[in-house]
Amino acid sequence: MDASAAKLIGAGLAVIGVIGSGIGIGNVFAAYIQAIGRNPSAKDDVRTELFLGFALVEALALFALIVALLLLFVF
Amino acid sequence: MASPLEQFKIKPLIDIQAGSLDLSYTNSSLFMTIALVLGSGILILGMSRAAVIPGRMQSIAELMYEFVGNLIRDTIGSEGRKYFPFIFSLFVFILLGNMLGMIPYAFTFTSHIIVTLALAMVVFVGVTILGFAKHGLHFFKFFVPPGVPGPMLLLLVPIEVISYLSRPISLSVRLFANMLAGHTLIKVIAGFVFGLGAVTFAVGGILPLALITALTALEILIAFLQAYVFAILTCLYINDALHMH
Repeated sequence: MDASAAKLIGAGLAVIGVIGSGIGIGNVFAAYIQAIGRNPSAKDDVRTELFLGFALVEALALFALIVALLLLFVF
Repeated sequence: MASPLEQFKIKPLIDIQAGSLDLSYTNSSLFMTIALVLGSGILILGMSRAAVIPGRMQSIAELMYEFVGNLIRDTIGSEGRKYFPFIFSLFVFILLGNMLGMIPYAFTFTSHIIVTLALAMVVFVGVTILGFAKHGLHFFKFFVPPGVPGPMLLLLVPIEVISYLSRPISLSVRLFANMLAGHTLIKVIAGFVFGLGAVTFAVGGILPLALITALTALEILIAFLQAYVFAILTCLYINDALHMH
């Protein structure tokens, strides 16, 4: 296989990891909505944990994205 | 079109060579200086004529102080008061670095792993020293989860050690990856505006332009969020070192 083609396929495969992060962010927000649905007064207290969880999960998607970017532009 | 990673290039502004060491004053150092001057400027100017009814500048300074103060109170408790200056400076420095990067043509120094790794290593080494200073050799107990049967420890202790050692890596890569990916994404979509607009008499460019606007708003949120996450994780690490399990 041509090396540049393999590079593009590799970059495409690398971003598959984003799927996991999509599920994760969905779970984070689902749990947040459930929490404020059950106890609306906890809204402000839960929000800090929401953003923390969101940022932690989102970072994992970016690790996959970084691998893809490295493959595309560095090698 | 230029590579979307071109914006992260470090250019020396003033060449300084010390032997074989390259100590040039680069655009990265320039923006760090701006962040430093801006951060201390807001606080010093804001609080120089402190009044009971705060003005605009004083409000900004007090909001930032209250925000980080609450963060530390919630995560570490009253013992965390001592570490306020450190966490506050970290937070303001990273926040201004991320926010300055959102200005078009500006340089984002937090998009370089060496910068974020240096910040994360300061936190990591500081927290480890703090743990040993506070608990002495008992700090090694940190790696032994309580209430675990003997044979399981053979498995769990290495995992705990690895997870402890990977803290600076995850802390730095999170910030760096967010900034790098966000700015690259905006640049790539900006390429679409031009590319689509050129073939459809500028009409097709509207859609990606709207997308960029939304993404810029998201990036500003992320810029704040990542500074916040860095600060809150620093607090949690300090809390771990102070209170163990």
